[in-house]
Amino acid sequence: MLTITYALLFYLATLVLIVGVAHRIWQFARTPAPLKIPTAPAPVTQGGVVLRLLREAVLFESLFKANKWIWLFGWVFHFGLLLVLLRHLRYFTDPVWSWVVLIQPFGVYAGFAMVVGLAGLWARRLLVPRIRYISGPSDHLMLALLLAIGLSGLGMKYVFPTDIVALKAFVLGLMYFDWQPLPPDPILLLHLGLVALLMIVFPISKLVHAPGLFFSPGRNQVDNPRERRHLAPWAAKLETGGRS
Amino acid sequence: MVELAIRNARTAEAPADPLEVPALTPGAMADSKPYPASAEHQEKIGFPGELVEDWKERAIDKLGDLVGKSRGLRVYLDSCVKCGACTDKCHYFLGSGDPKNMPVARQDLLRSVYRRYFTFSGKYFPKLVGATDLTEEVLDDWYSYFHQCSQCRRCSVYCPYGIDTAEISMAAREILDTVGRGQKYCNEIIGKVQTIGNNLGLQEKALRATLEDLEEDLEDETGLEIKLPLNVKGADILLVTPSADFFAEPHVDGLLGYAKVFHQMGESWTISSYASEAANFGMFIGSYENMRELALRIRKAAEELGVKRIIFGECGHAWRAAYAFLNTLAGPFDFLDQHYPIPQHICEYTYDLIEKDALTFDKSKNDHIRLTYHDSCNVARGSRMGDTPGGQFEIPRAILRAVCNHYFDMPADTIKEATLCCGGGGGLLTDELMDIRRKGAQPRMRALQQVADEHGVTHLAAICAICKTQFAKLLPEHGFEMDSIVSIHQLVSNAIVLDGQISDDDDDDEDDEDDEDDEDDEDGDA
Repeated sequence: MLTITYALLFYLATLVLIVGVAHRIWQFARTPAPLKIPTAPAPVTQGGVVLRLLREAVLFESLFKANKWIWLFGWVFHFGLLLVLLRHLRYFTDPVWSWVVLIQPFGVYAGFAMVVGLAGLWARRLLVPRIRYISGPSDHLMLALLLAIGLSGLGMKYVFPTDIVALKAFVLGLMYFDWQPLPPDPILLLHLGLVALLMIVFPISKLVHAPGLFFSPGRNQVDNPRERRHLAPWAAKLETGGRS
Repeated sequence: MVELAIRNARTAEAPADPLEVPALTPGAMADSKPYPASAEHQEKIGFPGELVEDWKERAIDKLGDLVGKSRGLRVYLDSCVKCGACTDKCHYFLGSGDPKNMPVARQDLLRSVYRRYFTFSGKYFPKLVGATDLTEEVLDDWYSYFHQCSQCRRCSVYCPYGIDTAEISMAAREILDTVGRGQKYCNEIIGKVQTIGNNLGLQEKALRATLEDLEEDLEDETGLEIKLPLNVKGADILLVTPSADFFAEPHVDGLLGYAKVFHQMGESWTISSYASEAANFGMFIGSYENMRELALRIRKAAEELGVKRIIFGECGHAWRAAYAFLNTLAGPFDFLDQHYPIPQHICEYTYDLIEKDALTFDKSKNDHIRLTYHDSCNVARGSRMGDTPGGQFEIPRAILRAVCNHYFDMPADTIKEATLCCGGGGGLLTDELMDIRRKGAQPRMRALQQVADEHGVTHLAAICAICKTQFAKLLPEHGFEMDSIVSIHQLVSNAIVLDGQISDDDDDDEDDEDDEDDEDDEDGDA
């Protein structure tokens, strides 16, 4: 029963995540940008834009300019999370890919980094009056959710070990539609339940900032309005119908 | 003497940090509201004359319409994570301490309504995600706080996703206009440009008389027949400049500077009375249609006069609207000479000449000035000059250094891409908003004070008609002379050596309006 519940939960969560994010991306992509509004100084070539987006996505360049503390905690959290996610690929691959084996030791520390980053961000949210003012319940809950995922994961690693061989069998079973029993450890069930919840709220929450960055006209537009005429389809219609 | 002044200033207490963050004072600016547009002004530019009966439905419909038409607006409303990076970046917040002037809080005034009506989480869990119903109080808040944003884009530089509050405040103003709650200052001006051709409502006849007076002044000063041509068919260059350049100080001194450079180069150029305004206030209210209407006037003037090039005078939002939007709104400009940028900025034009060594300057003419430069916000973050990113910072400075011996930058976190708005941009340059204008100018004034203390800076150059007006008004409150705000081309005008010009050193009895030159008794080392 437990296995079936979790199996169905993860199918649902995966579906919601993929369909939800795809829908968001489709919405962003199909909405026209009527004017050239890159935040200047902006790159004048497509290659320059790719580099700008890479710097934003990898180094959080603008955030670095804005505030070193938010940058530090934010970056440590995100890259901790990335390594942790990559490390978790060992549950999805058999045999485990060699580069995943290679990052395994770092992935463990990354778990701590992720938690530290989250704690720092939450502390700022509570202690800095400006940020407390702009924080709503969902902002706190989102941090609580991520923190609980991180802590339950670390808990399994260091305090209440779970049967990871059986867990891996369960995960692979999900992937190949050959369900295997899930170990009934409370902390594992908590961890997985929260992850499923995160996957479900991802597309309907502020977590869509991830794809949002790449569609932000302030960051993804080439600065060439004099050289190339930029015209949105709805604006082009004004020209045929309108005065000129 | 200057050394002594500097030393004296240093012994005084250390100047405040220009970007010092104030304590939160909720509601501090809640009463700041611009005068509402009259029914006449509203209807003239296509909006209802008063608050419509079904304003709530119409406002929500308009919001949906705008989100569907603008990727930026959609992404910006969806992507904010409330990280707080922008919270201390707005000059109006730094000056007022009102938390609703923090960029994210300003955005949230619109975002909370967007969430309520257009997102799953806001429809079903409004409390959780801070979604709010659209009520009359919310509409009042919009009217108040979206008119405390100068659309300067400083916050967008620091946002990890590039969320641009300017786009959000433009959208909010367009929604307000759509339901009949427009702002007088912007909407009246847009109407004037549509019927008369410029923000001031200056008719062709009056404009011609003004230009003729200025020609006389130029002749008195230089002994040369320097023209300010109007509506000359077949001229090569159409100059489009903010109408403040025709009469306001120090704007007009900039216009005389353009005229001198054109004269020296023997250019054939003209001003158009039909398109006698560079500024495009359609941008301030986020109305693509109105912005397009104004831009098309410039195209029409260029076609009818048969010019080959379009050059814009010194103006901030105008240069953004020209550089970034003109081609979109009124292009393609295939009838112009493609060897030149379309449009071109007067600073690009003058800088090219300096690079080619085509102009001669006597820099000592500006030796009574110790100068700094205020990067006007929309030029800095919404446009470019020249071929490389950042040319909008380097080209004006290169011109200033070519014409002035004493140049000093303000602190690095207050210039170039981090520049502060003057406090009067984005449609706020109106007297009833003086309180927020004054507060918004504080960070810039503190930065200026810093270079005044450290380097004895006496003058501030700017490249925008709004900045010039705003600073002329506020500098005296901070212990500077009213005329310590100068145009870039005013300094060019002071220093340029014209072929055949009478030397004012020999002509002590000659006293004209440009009396700054007369103080020049010390020799410079140019």
